[in-house]
Amino acid sequence: MKKNKSIPQQIWLFFCSVRLTVYTLVLLASTSIFGTVILQNGSPTQYVNLYGKGFYNLIKVLKLDDMYQAWWFLFLLLLLCINIIVCSIERLSLTWKIIFPKRITFNPDRFKILKNRETFTSEKGVNTLAAEYQTILFKKVGKVLYEKTENGGVMYAERGRWSRLGVYVVHASIILLVVGALIGAVFGFKANLRLDEGAKTDTLFTTKSRTPIQLPFSIQCNEFEVRFYDTGAPDEFRSNLTILEEGKESFTKDIRVNQPLRYKGINIFQSSYGTAAPDSAVFEIMDNTTQAILTKSLAVGEQLTLPGDAGIFEFQGVLPNFKFREHNLGQAFFGKITLTGKEGFQIPLPTKFPTFDKMRKGQFSFVVKKFDQRYYTGLQVTKDPGIWYVYAGFILMILGCWITFFVSHQSYFIEIKTSDQNTTCVLVSGKANRNNFGMTLKIKKLVTLLKDK
Amino acid sequence: MNSSFLLSTTTFIYALASVFYIGSFSFKKQVLARAGFWVIVIGFITNTAGILLRWVESYQMGYGHAPFSNMYESLVFFSWTVAILYIFVELKYKESIIGVFVSPLIFLAIAYASFDPNVSSKISPLIPALKSNWLIAHVIACFLGYAGFALAFGFSFIYFVKPKDPKSTSVFSRLPSWEMIDELTYQMIVFGFLFLTIGIITGAVWANSAWGKYWSWDPKETWSLITWFVYAIFLHLRMMRGWNGSKLAIVSIVGFIAVLFTYFGVNYVLSGLHSYG
Repeated sequence: MKKNKSIPQQIWLFFCSVRLTVYTLVLLASTSIFGTVILQNGSPTQYVNLYGKGFYNLIKVLKLDDMYQAWWFLFLLLLLCINIIVCSIERLSLTWKIIFPKRITFNPDRFKILKNRETFTSEKGVNTLAAEYQTILFKKVGKVLYEKTENGGVMYAERGRWSRLGVYVVHASIILLVVGALIGAVFGFKANLRLDEGAKTDTLFTTKSRTPIQLPFSIQCNEFEVRFYDTGAPDEFRSNLTILEEGKESFTKDIRVNQPLRYKGINIFQSSYGTAAPDSAVFEIMDNTTQAILTKSLAVGEQLTLPGDAGIFEFQGVLPNFKFREHNLGQAFFGKITLTGKEGFQIPLPTKFPTFDKMRKGQFSFVVKKFDQRYYTGLQVTKDPGIWYVYAGFILMILGCWITFFVSHQSYFIEIKTSDQNTTCVLVSGKANRNNFGMTLKIKKLVTLLKDK
Repeated sequence: MNSSFLLSTTTFIYALASVFYIGSFSFKKQVLARAGFWVIVIGFITNTAGILLRWVESYQMGYGHAPFSNMYESLVFFSWTVAILYIFVELKYKESIIGVFVSPLIFLAIAYASFDPNVSSKISPLIPALKSNWLIAHVIACFLGYAGFALAFGFSFIYFVKPKDPKSTSVFSRLPSWEMIDELTYQMIVFGFLFLTIGIITGAVWANSAWGKYWSWDPKETWSLITWFVYAIFLHLRMMRGWNGSKLAIVSIVGFIAVLFTYFGVNYVLSGLHSYG
């Protein structure tokens, strides 16, 4: 038998084996672990520092730095899909006619020897019982088949034959998920967008390859707001966005985490935020010799003349992180002091430490009195035309699992026969393609119901 | 009375239930198992009350969210789901002795929540990402899944302790029949699998509405998928390759190790989107 199979047949058999399924699943499960312990999408230096040069080369060859997109991982997924498709075709073609025959028949001899059979006697006659039981069986299960025998009759009813297809629904849903993911990967994009308050754009750069993408509209961030709880933990991030089309305002909407904006197939999500550099601030300058105080608002790049024509001060700009003796002091303003006839020098003014410049012990000390904190909003912009396939896959998978595990094809059998003049023997049994324990309970229930009659 | 008090009391009630079940098993006294069952039911009631009260308290504090937002709350809820599933199983299958393998799990989860100093029982506000109606559906589905697998894990042990010789007189010989253990393990895994599937899917739909990606190979996601694969292997081996007995029980145990890693390991060892609990 084994020898005389053609090569295509052998390939077909290879792909329709459950052994292949199990091996593929084992490989998928075990290799997936790598991606959770090895840093993903890091920079080469990070890998060399973490794992050393030798391991870094190995990671690069096996693409373990972007494992779930690696050729071999995708190959395993492809193998699983082919396996599922071939298996389903093979099994359905073999069992379709058995599952769905033109005419449903039953074999009384097989039901009479089932383990869960129950017998009892009744004083009613065969014909009365046959009529009564048929009504009950019809009500509880469905269409009843009745056959007369020499000294009585046998009846049969079934339900849930269709549930045998549940497993194919589950498998089809996996294919649908993979197709949806593929469509999303080919025709969709994901991009991060940083928009300062007041800024707008219609061009994005994808997260992975930095490819520019032109949107059919512009996004403008009017305002970003972050709210905190008393504990200091963030409560809400909100961006007020305006969509502009052909230069005209289309609409304005607030987005929050979990409340994205969806427009023309493009989704805009609130993902992060940060402080944008302020473009002006109010400075307080104290002349340490006279104790005179000068307060003035400056824009970035603007200069002021120090009291008594001692020199000039220029507001140079703001940096989000200022490092001072290995400590990160956070946001800091920078200015340049040029005293008349002397070389200019730069001074840092960290926001969190207003007395910082006093410690310099210069002639003038500077404090940033007031500024408008501006934010930028971090948006994730995506397009995923495959999402509906994925969602359909999700629904089918839940439905399929439910059918496969909790709905069974149940057959019920009742035999009635006269044993002597006054008594009738009744035998009840049944089988199900899964959950035999549940079936035994159902038979017991049916028997109590029949006895009550 | 506050929720912390109720939940600590629950811990002791579950401990008592474990003692009753183990006592019933060791001394072959059925009456102790009956007592154990009722103690579990009482524990379940205080557990439920504790969770509800905590929910109310979070509203009183002005945060107002379902008590599923950190490790403490999830462990308490884990005990709750295992307890309710176990009560259902004992009522349906009329087997009380199996409680020996389950009641300690119920107790350990809530005890870990109460006694580990690293697990904070403070009610804290929800971070923006968690503010979604999907939170409740996602958490309930995942934990029902975990509970199914936990019970299957408990039952799988029976394969290794029950003597093969039917005439054996050891304490383990009173364990349910092989058929029953097989049925119980299978039903629990099937139940767990359905709910893990729902849990992963609700998580994916949620992620898509919060971050714009339904799947990002975050460690928690990946580990839940690994768990899903292991139980998929279990189901294929049992239904298509005819595996049973202790060979299959090992797969169920491996699956539960994956569950534990998904639940705890990812939070403590790896980092990612789920680092909050």
